[in-house]
Amino acid sequence: MRNSSGFRTWRRRLTDRLATVTALAAAVAVVAPLLAIFAYLVYRGVGAINWAFLTQTPKPVGEVGGGMSNAIVGSALILAVASAIGIPLGIASGIYLAEHGGSRITRYVRFTADVLNGVPSIVIGIAVYGLVVLQQKHFSAFSGGVALGIMMIPTITRTTEEMLLMVPASVREAALGLGIPHWRASLSVVLRTAASGVITGVMLAFARVAGETAPLLFTAFGSQYWNFKLDQPTAALPLQIYVYAISPFEEWHRQAWAGALILIILIVISVGAVRFVTSRGMMKGTS
Amino acid sequence: MDGPDAVSPSPSAELVSLKSAWRRRARDLRPSRWGDVIFSGTTLLCSLSVLAIVGLVLFELVVRSKLSIAQFGWQFFIGRDWDPVSGEFGALPFIYGTLVSSAVALVIAVPLSVGVAVFINEMCPRVLRGALSFLVELLATIPSVIYGLWAIFVLAPLLRNTLQPWLAKYFGWSGLFTGPPFGIGMLAAGVILAIMVIPIIASITREVITAVPQSQREAVLALGSTRWEMVRMGVLRNARAGILGGIILGLGRALGETMAVTMVIGNTPQIAASLFAPGYTMASVIANEFSEATGNLYLSALIEIGLALFIITVVVNVIARLLVWTVTRGVPAGAHAQ
Amino acid sequence: MGVAVSARNVNAWFGKNQALFDVSMEAAANCVTAIIGPSGCGKSTFIRCLNRMHETVPDARVSGEVRIGDLNVYDGTPAVEVRRRVGMVFQKPNPFPSMSIFDNVAAGLKLNGFRNRRELNEIVERSLTAAALWDEVKDHLRKKSGASLSGGQQQRLCIARALAVEPDVLLMDEPASALDPISTSKIEELIFQLKENYTVVIVTHNMQQAARVADFTGFFLLGHLVEFDKTQKIFTTPADKRTEDYITGRFG
Repeated sequence: MRNSSGFRTWRRRLTDRLATVTALAAAVAVVAPLLAIFAYLVYRGVGAINWAFLTQTPKPVGEVGGGMSNAIVGSALILAVASAIGIPLGIASGIYLAEHGGSRITRYVRFTADVLNGVPSIVIGIAVYGLVVLQQKHFSAFSGGVALGIMMIPTITRTTEEMLLMVPASVREAALGLGIPHWRASLSVVLRTAASGVITGVMLAFARVAGETAPLLFTAFGSQYWNFKLDQPTAALPLQIYVYAISPFEEWHRQAWAGALILIILIVISVGAVRFVTSRGMMKGTS
Repeated sequence: MDGPDAVSPSPSAELVSLKSAWRRRARDLRPSRWGDVIFSGTTLLCSLSVLAIVGLVLFELVVRSKLSIAQFGWQFFIGRDWDPVSGEFGALPFIYGTLVSSAVALVIAVPLSVGVAVFINEMCPRVLRGALSFLVELLATIPSVIYGLWAIFVLAPLLRNTLQPWLAKYFGWSGLFTGPPFGIGMLAAGVILAIMVIPIIASITREVITAVPQSQREAVLALGSTRWEMVRMGVLRNARAGILGGIILGLGRALGETMAVTMVIGNTPQIAASLFAPGYTMASVIANEFSEATGNLYLSALIEIGLALFIITVVVNVIARLLVWTVTRGVPAGAHAQ
Repeated sequence: MGVAVSARNVNAWFGKNQALFDVSMEAAANCVTAIIGPSGCGKSTFIRCLNRMHETVPDARVSGEVRIGDLNVYDGTPAVEVRRRVGMVFQKPNPFPSMSIFDNVAAGLKLNGFRNRRELNEIVERSLTAAALWDEVKDHLRKKSGASLSGGQQQRLCIARALAVEPDVLLMDEPASALDPISTSKIEELIFQLKENYTVVIVTHNMQQAARVADFTGFFLLGHLVEFDKTQKIFTTPADKRTEDYITGRFG
């Protein structure tokens, strides 16, 4: 029998320890910026959030005070348009993909949805600029909504498809066996069973586009004023944060942090709600 | 109310009427043919809209860059001067900036991502696993503009005051770390991009590591290996293709990333060897100059850059997905819990 | 060249569930010892306790004493060393798909620091010959991947891989259950030859296989070692009624 030489074993054990330490160091290095960013957001943002910030519009350049209320409302408006476009198209496409798994169209659509997912958001902005803004001859909340809506579609489509495919075939068979027509079974039975999973996908897509700035740069364009109309340039929270952050004004920097804190809180709430819904059980109808 | 239903001795009136109601409904639903057709048609149309959207995006990009393509041809991509005032539009500085910032990002992100993935999946005590993986996923939810904000006010000063002087002192000879340390510049852009792509590479790496069968791990252990040797030979070796796919996917994200990069790269169209120097990326120049572009040629040149960016990112993404697919055999990303 | 394996009062748990109850037995040197029993009786768990593979499962625990020759498996020897001295072949062949046939066999050697080209070549050839695979693969050693072989060949490759590090004991966990009858008989032939140089402990759910290859047989039931004796005796005049019921097919 061969004996492994003592030196070698010592070296192997050292390498093993070293590898563990290195991996641990990597984990720390990855988590550290996350904690730093959140810490800074709270540290710099908390002081600047006050009632004025949440209710007022920006003051003229150089003046202290004012707020981002128009940006918060503007974001809501744009996201509403985006949801109205992205959610129905996304869910309907997801249903189609789930029900026609093998067909050629399905494969093209699935592939294209993945492609769309990888297109940089600024490029989407360019396309919507050409398709909507140039036709309407002005920037608008509507065009911003279209851009964000387009970005929501691939995520919602893929998640909806996956969730629907996870519903056991027996559920659909039971519905069909009761005499319910196919289309009804798809909507009222199968989709309802997968509902919490589908909602998860929707909220994830929503949280993702809520923070997007680039596609809004030349669609919604931004504004210093209130806007409730779909055909006017509109402020948006991420957009406002960007404009303030790159400005030379100390006061605007302060407000940028405040806006950022609000934005991250809204996003964390959405993601947290998603986790909560998922942990409570995805298939409420099938257990 | 006819046939075998009347056999039971005393059917409640309710039950009887329920049965007849069902029969009536079943009759009514027969024209459900229409329902099915409309339903299938609608869902089909919506799916086709996905194709239409991508088609329209490509169409817009191509049509509106025609002017610039006609004017500059291939020279566009090797021209070094970007001077809107004189009508000179050379896109090389932006291509350079995009590639270099992404390269720096990958150099930093790849070891960290693979390291954290291996740690979480193979080395971490089980109680910590959920929390740690949640934190890494959380990194992916932070919007680009917030990364940029933090990069301007925290990262850049940090680089300027500590890292850059250190790099200049010990590695200045390489030519990569020369020039005044502004903080802002290619290095800052690379670092913030690295932080942004880590969650992508890490999550795909975790996915492919999980897909490696337990029997492979056991085979290595049974030969008398240490844990690291087991990970190296039994896990990472098998997951090579998938990890590469994850890296390329991260590259795709880095190439198209706009806001955070724009905020710290310095927005100067130049090609410099040093990472301390400011630069400009394809996405950044579009973000900065699009709404101010005067003249059709200017706009068209920017859109042509957008078209190039579109093509590059699509190709990179397709390659990445193919690689990941070979390891996980087509399981859609995101279908795994944790 | 083999040594005896002795287990004394071995208990094993998966979390709170106890899978082995006070198992004591001895596998004689240079003999084939078979472990038989119905599904879930703890046979695989038992042999995995012999090379400390059981503890790789989260929340798994072992108590008792196991000795390989004069080596105390649990007390005072690092697991890595134990596993080098005890080779294992698994139920489903698991060659390394990303490595060539040569690299598969050499894997254990390279881990232990063998770099010498000539030595590696020698040992790989020896191991593949001992596993009765050399003639079939000698021309594509470095060109073909480990996974490109047929099921039976893959399993023999795994055996060669285990033999390359010159273990004292070879553990085989239902090595032929995933294979066709011809490959199975090849493996059984191999086991017969291997016992000249190694101590073999084989888990099998196939009683005929145990009767064919094993010198000694142990019958497990619900985590207990019910009976252990010469194979002849177990299959002709078992002492325990439960053993008799099992081998006559009354259950399992």
